[in-house]
Amino acid sequence: MEINNNQLLRFTTAGSVDDGKSTLIGRLLYDSKSIFEDQLESVGNTSAKKGYDGIDLALFTDGLKDEREQGITIDVAYRYFTTPKRKFIIADTPGHIQYTRNMVTGASTANAAVILIDARHGVIEQTKRHSFIASLLNIPHLIVCINKMDLIDFSEDVYNKIVGQFEEFSSKLLMKDVRFIPISALNGDNVVNRSKNMEWYQNGTLLSTLENLHISSDINKIDARFPVQTVLRPQNEKFRDYRGYAGRIASGIYRVGDEVAVLPSGFTSKIKSINAGKQEVDEAYAPMSIAMTLEDDIDVSRGDMIVKKNNQPEQEQEFDVMLCWLNNEAIKPRTKYTIMHTTNEERAMIKEVVYKMDINSFERDSENSTLEMNDIARVKIRTTRSLMLDSYRDNRITGSIILIDENTNETVAAGMIV
Amino acid sequence: MSKYYLNYLDELESEAIYILREVWAQFENPVILFSGGKDSILVTHLAKKAFYPAKIPFALMHVDTGHNFPETIKFRDDLINELGVKLIVGSVQESIDKGRVAEEKGKNATRNALQITTLLDAIEANKVDCAIGGGRRDEEKARAKERFFSHRDDFGQWDPKNQRPELWNLLNGKHFEGEHFRAFPISNWTEMDVWNYIKKENISIPSLYFAHEREVIWRSNSWIPVSKFLTMEKGEKLETKKIRFRTLGDITITGGIESDADTLEKIAMEVSAMRKTERGDRSDDKRSETAMEDRKKQGYF
Repeated sequence: MEINNNQLLRFTTAGSVDDGKSTLIGRLLYDSKSIFEDQLESVGNTSAKKGYDGIDLALFTDGLKDEREQGITIDVAYRYFTTPKRKFIIADTPGHIQYTRNMVTGASTANAAVILIDARHGVIEQTKRHSFIASLLNIPHLIVCINKMDLIDFSEDVYNKIVGQFEEFSSKLLMKDVRFIPISALNGDNVVNRSKNMEWYQNGTLLSTLENLHISSDINKIDARFPVQTVLRPQNEKFRDYRGYAGRIASGIYRVGDEVAVLPSGFTSKIKSINAGKQEVDEAYAPMSIAMTLEDDIDVSRGDMIVKKNNQPEQEQEFDVMLCWLNNEAIKPRTKYTIMHTTNEERAMIKEVVYKMDINSFERDSENSTLEMNDIARVKIRTTRSLMLDSYRDNRITGSIILIDENTNETVAAGMIV
Repeated sequence: MSKYYLNYLDELESEAIYILREVWAQFENPVILFSGGKDSILVTHLAKKAFYPAKIPFALMHVDTGHNFPETIKFRDDLINELGVKLIVGSVQESIDKGRVAEEKGKNATRNALQITTLLDAIEANKVDCAIGGGRRDEEKARAKERFFSHRDDFGQWDPKNQRPELWNLLNGKHFEGEHFRAFPISNWTEMDVWNYIKKENISIPSLYFAHEREVIWRSNSWIPVSKFLTMEKGEKLETKKIRFRTLGDITITGGIESDADTLEKIAMEVSAMRKTERGDRSDDKRSETAMEDRKKQGYF
């Protein structure tokens, strides 16, 4: 098999046991021939033990002991499959409200979200919640699968009605690319293979949609941002004066000779060389991991950001974020947290909860300022020193932060800069 | 066409390099857990790229069960020489001699589970605060839930239900004295990705991965290599077969497959047509449904 230029697409699936999420993933893996014989055998045995006639596709996504015993997903699980067109990573997340934090986690790196609707029930609270999170996390592509079409006689009318319901409520959300597909995960209709039961549906199956989404523009290629991870200083003869700034390009394109500014100091210089591993290159772009050297000897260290001289992020000490609370312990007002933003770390305080978001009704509540696990709110944050910020809508990497509790070291919140 | 976006292998490489550099930036004393298998060789190769032109800033740590393939040890020592990095060996034999662990009994006795104690002892003795492993999420269902930065308490244990959420590329490696982290830079790689990358980069790997003639016996649906540690049972027959190994563990538990694949190209071809998972030939995982999960919670790789 030749190494080709196939891209990697990450997508998230949110849903509960009942709407057939596990069956859908099992179906995708099974029909794309990503299941191995020993896995099939093991799932076949378990299905037989449980009294199934065929194999229970949902068992392919079985996880930890507790999850199997309780028939639920507790944590994000990652699954992989490859087709001749793309490599796929699925972040399989539980859909129940108490697992909002896992949904947010899975969504943070996704190119696409697959949302499941049970055709018998139409749009329900959970659908709205998932869509809201997909929009909040700025997932570029949304695929709404109307599942269990077999149980409503593959009715085009019901399908159209559900599409209408979805479009109505989602008009309040920011979504760039939404598609609808009628499927039956159980029988495989329109998942990998085209359904013979729904001739009225003319667009692609779920797999072909995933294979053909245009994802090259998902990463911002305009605003060049290079957060420095570490400085490479080899202690050998050949590279005695080498000072390489190592990091992963967050967005944009860098070329040898570009005029750059190092933030926060603001000193300017030109790019002298760019290395991708051992190889010297003339240009590099997001999301490449590189090391660059500059013409001038200026002080650069971890947490600094190298940007183009004529395109710089805001430097702010006080800013608004949409915050998702991830921890069992509720927010403590005026407590200091460690804030991580790109490779930078400062101390931060939540000055004010502007409003809390009801993620089922999309209503704002500005009276209530407590934040508990799975709550989402707009807050004002103040940091000890300025951060180099972009809005999350423009840049998912330089627009995101996490908060760490200094007493427990746990990641307690994730935030998107407004 | 390929201008300004990465293909999947380049993206996986870039992600792994990012994680290795985060480990270096966030921890005091990280090591690479090196088994001599292809995944830890790959991690070492990626570390070389991540820090070029400086040398790898980590020591390599090998948990030596004493039940090694001689080829693996030679490969390890040659690589250490080439890289000029320090090697730390944790010896299971020593743990047994000191009475820290007891050898398993019976026909399928292995030293697989004993490694946990040796590993945790070596981590503690060398004040390691982050052990970088070649674990992949596609290997096993318990591994599918791993984080890039995986927290271990001061008993070295993994608590899968209480993991830190990991969002975007923000990795939280903060820890208290006595706790440590495991870092998994190739979490998102599949077996096929690993082989395609090894082929693309022409990374050298132990000869055991290539088809060769070897004395073996047929046990638990795979060809187990003959060694001084193997006790033959009644009815088992010594045969010479052309085999290769898909994964490398202890010589006592690693089953080979019959194969003619003696080049990286042929291996990649063969793997792409495989109908069984690679750990399917590992008797350590066959012990129970939750064999991996149970060992991982205790501190296994």
